[in-house]
Amino acid sequence: MGELRLMKGNEVIAEAAIRCGCDGYFGYPITPQSEVMETLMDREPWDETGMVVLQAESEVASINMVYGAAGSGKKVMTSSSSPGISLMAEGISYIAGAELPCLIVNVQRGGPGLGTIQPSQADYFQSTKGGGHGDYRLIVLAPSSVQEMNDFVDLGFELAYKYRNPAMILTDGAIGQMMEKVELSDYKPRMTAEEIEAKYGSWATNGKKANREYNVITSLEMDSAKMESNNRRFQEKYKQMEEEEVRYEMFQCEDAEYILVAFGSSARICQKSVDLARAKGLKVGLLRPITLYPFPKKPIAELATKVKGFLTVEMNAGQMVEDVKLAAGCSNSSVPVEYFGRMGGIIPTPGEVVEALEQKLIEA
Amino acid sequence: MDIKDIIKPENLVYEKPKLLTDKTMHYCPGCTHGVVHRLVAEVIEDLNIQEKTIGVSPVGCSVFAYNYIDIDWQEAAHGRAPAVATGIARVNEDKVVFTYQGDGDLASIGTAEIMHACNRGENIVVIFINNAIYGMTGGQMAPTTLLGQVTATTPCGRDLDRNGYPLKITELIAQLPGTAYVTRQSAHTPATARKCRKAIKKAFQNALDKKGTSFVEVVSTCNSGWRLNPVDANKWMEENMFPFFPMGDMKDGERDAPDAYFKKN
Amino acid sequence: MTEEIIIAGFGGQGVLSMGKILAYSGVMQDQEVTWFPSYGPEMRGGTANVSVIISDTRISSPILHEFDTAIILNQQSMDKFEKTVKPGGVLLYDPNGIVNPPSRKDINIYKIEGTKIAADLGNVKTFNMVVLGAYLKAKPIVAMESIRKGLEKSLPERHHKLIPLNLEAIQAGQEKLEAVNEI
Repeated sequence: MGELRLMKGNEVIAEAAIRCGCDGYFGYPITPQSEVMETLMDREPWDETGMVVLQAESEVASINMVYGAAGSGKKVMTSSSSPGISLMAEGISYIAGAELPCLIVNVQRGGPGLGTIQPSQADYFQSTKGGGHGDYRLIVLAPSSVQEMNDFVDLGFELAYKYRNPAMILTDGAIGQMMEKVELSDYKPRMTAEEIEAKYGSWATNGKKANREYNVITSLEMDSAKMESNNRRFQEKYKQMEEEEVRYEMFQCEDAEYILVAFGSSARICQKSVDLARAKGLKVGLLRPITLYPFPKKPIAELATKVKGFLTVEMNAGQMVEDVKLAAGCSNSSVPVEYFGRMGGIIPTPGEVVEALEQKLIEA
Repeated sequence: MDIKDIIKPENLVYEKPKLLTDKTMHYCPGCTHGVVHRLVAEVIEDLNIQEKTIGVSPVGCSVFAYNYIDIDWQEAAHGRAPAVATGIARVNEDKVVFTYQGDGDLASIGTAEIMHACNRGENIVVIFINNAIYGMTGGQMAPTTLLGQVTATTPCGRDLDRNGYPLKITELIAQLPGTAYVTRQSAHTPATARKCRKAIKKAFQNALDKKGTSFVEVVSTCNSGWRLNPVDANKWMEENMFPFFPMGDMKDGERDAPDAYFKKN
Repeated sequence: MTEEIIIAGFGGQGVLSMGKILAYSGVMQDQEVTWFPSYGPEMRGGTANVSVIISDTRISSPILHEFDTAIILNQQSMDKFEKTVKPGGVLLYDPNGIVNPPSRKDINIYKIEGTKIAADLGNVKTFNMVVLGAYLKAKPIVAMESIRKGLEKSLPERHHKLIPLNLEAIQAGQEKLEAVNEI
């Protein structure tokens, strides 16, 4: 068993980065995620593992530093919160277009605009449908506990390298600021220059070796036929992710007549809602998508043939509900899919969720 | 002497640097980029650092710089080359990283990135091609366009009230404590090209010696954008740009000692 | 056992660290815990609060709207949180600065002169530990041994010399808890 600590979600991101052999972090302060860089700077990993930590002049610079460092095959990351992620959108598109692995953490706050610093899930569309320009996808992991903040750093990097694609941890101010018990991962060594050349020498810009052609990292291709074939390759990759990387958790769904669908901190609220509903004699279960992209379409489609309705619970105006409708519609177009949520940094209460379930589905 | 004698190795007086690839350059005839690419390739060859050099190409005419020099390259988003170079250099301390940027890329959209990279004293080389116009997008006004200069977006000449002043960014960069070497060169004659080559070599040597940021501006022509033939473009540059962008070193040494920058207690 | 607590007062009173020590003590005796703070501008000089859950089983929602115990350290927090105590629950407060004392009859109300006791101990910074002691007297949900371990874990090593003083403050709080309304 690893080391047990009581830590904030944001602090755990930093600790997990150091322990998983991350080579570099580039970031810019923004509430509610500033503890990520603060913790890293306090830990001074450059002395311990050789990890580089740099406070950049902006989120724009941060993501481009990540792009540069990732191009050389290194394991690098950034973190920010919603407005900062919008600024990074261009860079993320370049990273996806140049097919580089990296990890981006979005500790969401409410928007639009400067919005609020309180927790929100309103960047679901931005994260799962692309966010920047062009046809691309991020691998999106949605932790619902501080433990998963730890676990998903390593998982995020693993998937990012497997697919040469940016991965995102999509969390929010509630989980970032909250402390829970966490079992920290064991240390993994950073990759050596030789390992990088052996594994990624076919593409990494780590200095041209005599035994290979020079590498170019770019997303630019002026020949449309070639650009289309690049896009086809990306789409194949995304298809493979949809087949191999879907992750979700079911909670009391076996006999459920109604299914709550919620991710991240909303899913924590909904666990309590399930308990409250069950105490009232209502057969309610919870499906928690862990990967928001690729989205768990299959389990929802399967449940759609058995249940009387779905209620998505989101801290936004109803974004994931569209994906649940699509998935449920695959096998049963008539099963009702409703949405309940709060916005602007307000977290729904477990009781509100049960009320919404009764009003929108059970009594409707 | 027939042709066979002329091409004998012992008669060789000029050759293409080995690191320049055989790809046909997309630059217009008369463009300064070709010359500066050659100089950069020669310097990398001279210093024998092909295996440790990583180039960062910009958005602009030199976006395809990566087609022409036989080293690893990364293509940056518009203006972000100094941030990309920072990322590479920070996690690869043993490498020599340089950016190659035009005036729109470096002095307009990328002002924040170049200022902060130079101010931090990133151990990188910056090659800055200043031809006072946006070449790739068809000759629009650049931050370094002179007052009165005609471009696609200043058809009656750059107007102070409408467009503001041309920006002497290299003079600003020279004030930043992180820079070790800041110079302005040209490459329009054999003599100036040789001088420019020396400057570029010093900049790369500085990176090997971990001295901080080295910044080489090359005042250049864009005869297509300027609507002039190459000879007239050179003349126009000498008459109009050189007085405003005077040649020479602005800083040569090492980045500033930290003493003057510390808090007092 | 599940105990859901809100601790609320001014920033600077040690509200967040008191919650952290309590939560760490739960970890030390192998319980599940969450610590969820108010964050943002309101913590800079304004009110600060943190909800802590300690439970024998997996904790679902870390975000709460009613509590088994409210520890209230200023009037604003009294106005906001008195009503959130579950019937039969506990409200503990420091009367210093409280203009309108709690009036509910369906909950157990205790007070602790934390500000005064800490001053008597010679270190006003131990205020939050005095209050923590009073709380543990009213509701002994974690063992003193766990508290000691929790202090060790949550204080940086350079502050470990202050642990005996903190334990003394906790003990003083335990001894000087006053019942106001017991049901």
